[in-house]
Amino acid sequence: MVTRARPSRARPLWVACALGVLAVAMLAGLLDGAADISPWQVVLQVADWLPFGHVDSGLAPVEQGLLLELRLPRVLVAAVVGGLLAMAGAAYQGVFRNPLADPYLLGAAAGAGLATTAAIVLLPAATASIPVAAFIGALGGVLLAYTLGNTAGRSGGTATLVLAGVAVTSFLTAIQTFIQQFDVEELQRVYAWILGDVGGGWEQLWMILPYAAVSSVVLLLHGRMLDVLSVGDEEASGLGVRAARVRFTVLVAASLATAAAVAVSGLIGFVGIVVPHVVRRLAGGSYRIVLPLSLIGGAAFLVLADLVARTVLAPAELPIGVVTMFVGAPFFVGVLRMTRRAVT
Amino acid sequence: MIRTRDLSVRLGERDVLSGVGLHVRQGEWVAVIGPNGAGKSTLLKALMGLVGHRGEILLGDRPSGALKPRARARLVAYAPQTPALPRDMTVLDYALLGRTPYIPYLGRESGHDREVTESVLDRLDLTRLAARPVGELSGGERQRVVLARALAQQAPVLLLDEPTTALDLGHQQQVLELVDRLRRADGLTVVTSLHDLTVAGLYADSLLLLADGRAVASGAPSQVLTEESVGRHFEANVKIEPGPDGRPVVHLVRGGP
Ligand SMILES: Nc1ncnc2c1ncn2[C@@H]1O[C@H](COP(=O)(O)OP(=O)(O)OP(=O)(O)O)[C@@H](O)[C@H]1O
Ligand SMILES: [Mg+2]
Repeated sequence: MVTRARPSRARPLWVACALGVLAVAMLAGLLDGAADISPWQVVLQVADWLPFGHVDSGLAPVEQGLLLELRLPRVLVAAVVGGLLAMAGAAYQGVFRNPLADPYLLGAAAGAGLATTAAIVLLPAATASIPVAAFIGALGGVLLAYTLGNTAGRSGGTATLVLAGVAVTSFLTAIQTFIQQFDVEELQRVYAWILGDVGGGWEQLWMILPYAAVSSVVLLLHGRMLDVLSVGDEEASGLGVRAARVRFTVLVAASLATAAAVAVSGLIGFVGIVVPHVVRRLAGGSYRIVLPLSLIGGAAFLVLADLVARTVLAPAELPIGVVTMFVGAPFFVGVLRMTRRAVT
Repeated sequence: MIRTRDLSVRLGERDVLSGVGLHVRQGEWVAVIGPNGAGKSTLLKALMGLVGHRGEILLGDRPSGALKPRARARLVAYAPQTPALPRDMTVLDYALLGRTPYIPYLGRESGHDREVTESVLDRLDLTRLAARPVGELSGGERQRVVLARALAQQAPVLLLDEPTTALDLGHQQQVLELVDRLRRADGLTVVTSLHDLTVAGLYADSLLLLADGRAVASGAPSQVLTEESVGRHFEANVKIEPGPDGRPVVHLVRGGP
């Protein structure tokens, strides 16, 4: 007799494993840097920061400050951004029924790129305006693509949405390139932003946390609905689900997540595609599994990527976007090979 | 249970259905037959509200347009001719989707939903496959999985578009017998499109023959399945004889029309 099959859910054991990996990654992220802090001291210090009671880690105030003001926010920003990008990628893949969809598919990247370039060129002194510009630009790009896709084709269809995304992306990128020509000196800053950076600090973390929380909750609740969408619009409608409405809700939440991530970290590629796929390969294809595990896995992945970015060329730093692609691609191929199955 | 009056559907530049009248009583099994492209699938889609139409459609005495999607899904279950199958999803998860009309929008399925689904899988011989990804199944196994999803919906009306095309003889019989049993036990109303005319005549109470988007004949199998009408509308050379139970059996005759 075969064991009884169970419906797909994110099982507590897997979630616990993923959280374990994330915790180790974050600890490693806190450790790296000036040499003399031992892992144990970091653990004690983290325990001390927690609200309950006082633990003496034996760290000097300077070292505590270093951990608290530099490394901790950096690790947390990397975790939040990685989680958001991976989860948004998974959501886009579900909405478009396309495993290669990424969070930037609908013009979020191009919109953010254009707005950021404009901010850098027009307000060179106001560095603080970059995240705001990126956030607004990302949402604006998605909104433009969505409106265009829905007016050009039958409302709610996915194919025209993707095409609208392509059109919007090339159009906005053209404008961005045009603006860049006015101010070649600032090109360096534009590229530095595009390649990604998670060293923003507490302020940026607080800025995106509300968006991160709202979009995560909405997306995690829509796991089963994304499974329903995977049978196609007609059949979803036969099951009593308004596909266009679900798609709209999920797209809004995923785009909000993407915009929040882009705002503090620039354009970090590959996370949104690689992480959901690894999760799918290892744990199953239901979005009830893919969404939560992508959130956790993406967080761990980006914390580790940032660790690599800070260490390989220390004291110089690699852009984190370069690392995600450089490390992500071979890792991805490795997972594909490891879990190779008969594919038609 | 289902009644259409003067139902017309235009897709692109073509009139795919024109002035079709269909009447299906509760507990009745109607088979829609007709050559390729006659509009059989389109008729079922129109009943589901999946394509725009002119004319009137009543589902259980109510105009179909007045039904909310969830209410409609509790009334009518539909298995399409070419379903989109998410390759990675397991058979059990896929069949469970049939319970969607009973699950709150952001909720999860209950124990009852699982019981219903498991018993349907069991009746369709699919328990063995429950944990397999849908993408790895054979054509006939897939077809039964799609049927399982539709049956898990527990709707009083079943619309099945070519439910047996990919099935071997034994499974064909199993599926049709199961639908027939459900119909007798629970009073299900069944509309299927079927290509096998003999099978259509064997199981259905009445047939609707579509040709070129028009209903050209309807009624009891022995009235609709005549050598003359099949020969004309299918452009086939056939011989039709009464079978053991008096229902018509359609034989192909070599040599073409
Ligand atoms: N979206 C569409 N746009 C334009 N024409 C369509 C569309 N869908 C179907 N048709 C046309 O409508 C006609 C009826 O199609 P339908 O699928 O209902 O046929 P059918 O009777 O189910 O055929 P088959 O036996 O091959 O399944 C066909 O000629 C088809 O080409
Ligand atoms: Mg058809």
